[in-house]
Amino acid sequence: MSNISNKEYEKMVEGYTKNSPIFTDCLKAFFVGGLICTLGEGLRHFFLSLDLNETLTASSVSISLILLAAVLTAAGVFEKIAKFAGAGTLVPITGFSNSVVSPAMEYKTEGWVTGVGAKMFIVAGPVIVYGTAASIVAGLIYYFFMR
Amino acid sequence: MQKIGRGAIRFNRPPRIWAWASVAGKKESEGPFGQNFSKIETDEYVGEDNWERAESRLQSEAIELCLESSGLTEDAIDAATGGDLLNQCVATSFAVKDFGIPFLGVYGACSTMAESLITAAALLDGGYGENILASAGSHFCSAEKQFRTPLEYGSQRPPSSQWTVTGAGAVLLGFQGKVGVTAATIGTITDMGQTDANHMGGAMAPAFADTITAHLNYNAAKPSDYDAIFSGDLGVIGMELARELLRRDGVNLGANYYDCGEMIFDREKQDVHAGGSGCGCAATMLCAHILPKLNSGEWKRVLFTATGALLSPTTVLQGESIPCIAHTVELAHIE
Repeated sequence: MSNISNKEYEKMVEGYTKNSPIFTDCLKAFFVGGLICTLGEGLRHFFLSLDLNETLTASSVSISLILLAAVLTAAGVFEKIAKFAGAGTLVPITGFSNSVVSPAMEYKTEGWVTGVGAKMFIVAGPVIVYGTAASIVAGLIYYFFMR
Repeated sequence: MQKIGRGAIRFNRPPRIWAWASVAGKKESEGPFGQNFSKIETDEYVGEDNWERAESRLQSEAIELCLESSGLTEDAIDAATGGDLLNQCVATSFAVKDFGIPFLGVYGACSTMAESLITAAALLDGGYGENILASAGSHFCSAEKQFRTPLEYGSQRPPSSQWTVTGAGAVLLGFQGKVGVTAATIGTITDMGQTDANHMGGAMAPAFADTITAHLNYNAAKPSDYDAIFSGDLGVIGMELARELLRRDGVNLGANYYDCGEMIFDREKQDVHAGGSGCGCAATMLCAHILPKLNSGEWKRVLFTATGALLSPTTVLQGESIPCIAHTVELAHIE
């Protein structure tokens, strides 16, 4: 093969590679994500109608969506919706639920401790670590400068 | 066996591939070659408890069926050589262990079938024995688990991604039959700085072009001298890149150039994006499509060039580029 620089080759690869259809992907994500949020809003009204206060209602909505996503993941349905919706299912709390349940299912064959227990957070772990860290930083800023 | 160039050999006493078998999964059975596989396993666990065992089972079944069609028992086999994609090549080791055959495990990622063939042919031509098994296999689920994300994790695949074939192929090499292994070229590791693990065709195409160029040069051949030239799993994008890279050197791959990954699935209907991939892709297509045509004499001379990306999930995370390799085996119909 004659000489071709990595840069030239990269250009060639880009020329032959179709990108993901960003516009339709965004539309799908927008509608499915919006649908999930509408469902959340519906659940909020439902819990408020049960005379739950705002804090309890907010938690109940999150818990319900997490449960729903977990059940759909276990049933093998979530992955199919996510393939269509992309960020639409990933960004809401449903994505977080799926990212914990899917490795838990996958690594069951390696045992409850070294498999499920150890591998459950391989996808969601960074979100938890950096989410917690960011909340501490935000808390400190609030405590010292904004209180 | 005679060295004709760096990495290139011609076999003086061409070993023959005289028995073969392929086992494929459900999705593969729904593709254009569904009728050609020796056996279809519709259960993705193949009756086992986990995907790793399932993958292993695909390969042991292929070996079993291959032996069955040869009429030989495992005692008559001098060696088995093969590999897969899993860490430490466990699918193959676990598949071969119960046969009690002397074993050489090889790893060449998706180029494994060609590597096994070259190893087996070289041993036979060198006088090692009379019958050697060569095999390779892969499983979509175990590959996703090892290289990507959990199966039920909701994500989208880019258009350049490929679908790992669930399947295995096993061939028996000896000195009878009509399909000869006449020459081979061992590839050099090629790295063009590609880092996208979801774009294997882009990473591997230069390795394919490099090996084909070497093989054609050393054998003073041109692409039209072959009835068919197969790459392993470059996929539809990788094929175009391979054509373009070779065209720059004045080598024109014509209508006789095919890619196992591009062919094994119906890309329009089966949602596999750029095509199939995995050790099982080239291995099953060799057994289900290429060998029967060579055996019948419909094809006289074929280049089987399996391609492999030598990455691991660790090297990808560490930002390393993807080193790739391609090995080519020249197969000929011999009366």
